[in-house]
Amino acid sequence: MNGRAILAVVRRDLIVVMGSRSVVLPALIVPAMLLVVLPALAGLAPVLLGSVSSGDMFRFLEALPPEAGARLSGDPSTQAAELAVTFLLAPLILIVPVMFATVIAADALAGEKERGTLEGLLLTPLSDRELITAKLIGAWVPAAVIGLAGAILYAAVANLVVMPQTGRLVLPTPEYAVMALWVGPTFAAAALGAIVLVSVRSNSTQEAFQLGGVVVLPVVVIVITQATGVVLLSVTLLFVSGLVALGIAAVLLLIGSRVLSRTRMGEKLG
Amino acid sequence: MHTSAPGAPLLVLDRIHKRFGQVVALQDLSLEVRPGEVVGLLGHNGAGKTTTVRLLAGLLAPESGSLRVGDGDPVTDGPGIRGRMGVLPAALVVDGRLTARQNLRFAADVFGVERDGLDTRIDATLALFDLADRADQKVAGFSSGMRQRLSLARVLLPDPEVLLLDEPTSALDPVAARQVRRALAKLAQDRRRTIVLCTHDLAEAELLCDRVIVLEQGRVVADGSPVELAQAHGTGGVLLEIAPEDVPRASELLAAASHREVDRDGNGRIRTTGLPRDRIPELVAQLAADGATIYEVRRLDPSLEDVYLAIHAQRHGAGSTPIGGRTEASQVGSP
Repeated sequence: MNGRAILAVVRRDLIVVMGSRSVVLPALIVPAMLLVVLPALAGLAPVLLGSVSSGDMFRFLEALPPEAGARLSGDPSTQAAELAVTFLLAPLILIVPVMFATVIAADALAGEKERGTLEGLLLTPLSDRELITAKLIGAWVPAAVIGLAGAILYAAVANLVVMPQTGRLVLPTPEYAVMALWVGPTFAAAALGAIVLVSVRSNSTQEAFQLGGVVVLPVVVIVITQATGVVLLSVTLLFVSGLVALGIAAVLLLIGSRVLSRTRMGEKLG
Repeated sequence: MHTSAPGAPLLVLDRIHKRFGQVVALQDLSLEVRPGEVVGLLGHNGAGKTTTVRLLAGLLAPESGSLRVGDGDPVTDGPGIRGRMGVLPAALVVDGRLTARQNLRFAADVFGVERDGLDTRIDATLALFDLADRADQKVAGFSSGMRQRLSLARVLLPDPEVLLLDEPTSALDPVAARQVRRALAKLAQDRRRTIVLCTHDLAEAELLCDRVIVLEQGRVVADGSPVELAQAHGTGGVLLEIAPEDVPRASELLAAASHREVDRDGNGRIRTTGLPRDRIPELVAQLAADGATIYEVRRLDPSLEDVYLAIHAQRHGAGSTPIGGRTEASQVGSP
């Protein structure tokens, strides 16, 4: 592997991504909405609206894994806020790395075609494997870093609004740590695999992003099932989810690396 | 990049066939380029020039036939071959979202240019292409000519052994185009670089190329030095300067003798190509007998343009003029 050349492509893609409004604006707005506004509102709801305890809430609390339920404060008036930020909304942190992996990879792969720079890149001495490795590192690393930063931000906001009610830090829980450190990065890798495949057929970043946008759906399903209490994410379940995502990523990237061969891309240069 | 035998061709395409869907791009194309040679690839759009370059760079695989660059196959040994090859495609190789310096730095890193003195080398390359004062500006704000110059700078920075250049001066103004031609001529003469130059500019090919290959519909239809091609296909021409009132009659006579359209301006100058040398005295005598006032008669050696048009005429009939070719009564330039 030609490390210097791979690093050069990663550095170039990062410079381009950092200067791209279509990446930077969502990078500011989406985390602000999902990871600041929502947990802040959820955490402050009991203060702003009064007690939200109800029969449904108690049923939800009863459905929690015993060790998770035991972590909630004993005061019913604060349990709703704590439950919201530690269980119901916490999977939102998974949307950020997946979304960014999708946006950055679409820009780095289909965007080369759109900008007319793909041929110049194919004419470099990088092998097909080095080229795709560079593109994946260039998309996965920032997505994982932004995802982790988002998780830290979410935890900080959640603690800030709930701690005055509970008198203690509510995050990170073990489930939250697994989500932030394992599930987010592996889901981002799976999203990359999907975008690699989609980028072969797409001629623009927008097209790749639209086609690849479906990769966010599994995360949305997780958020909804958790929020409705259909499935409650335990550490084991989260770890297995990450493993499955990693497997999917490996399969998709294997297929993608074959499809994204230099001569196949050369055929489509026009 | 080396060949197994001294003097052996460096680039070899042997009976290459390539098509895109139903469109045949190359048909049994065979050609060779020796080390240090400057070869021009001429042909209309769609003749197969760009496909040939992409095959040599390993961006396309042939359907049949064999390809060799040095001792390697561009598809299977691509990274090693491309590492010693500089290719300027028709599309630009520079990224508009990076600065000029960042583009060159990227090229240096991917092509493994020595790190010692790299900054100085980048500055010198930017200066060579008259871009030193724009080094830290984003390329998106550059004119097409500046982008073309930067693309060339990027291709030349790693000092490649082989250059495949697809219309390198197409977007340049005359001054910049001349600078680039000088730089290429210097590379060929001083550094003995092997250059394949795809161009529509026949004067450029004549100036730079040791050998010219004319492609048509994916086949080689002519191959030789400009002089050889002129001897084989060109018949030269004549430039007459006569009284303006005699121009219609003279044009008629010259067109009939050469079977070509005649170029003329409003000052009594007429030029035609495809006129056999031994017909000139006879035509001049006839004009004189008709009472024409003749100020000057000059025989013109066949240019590559004449040769190209002659080849085209031979294949498609005398009356056809290729796209971009001269049209009737076009202005005569300086002889």
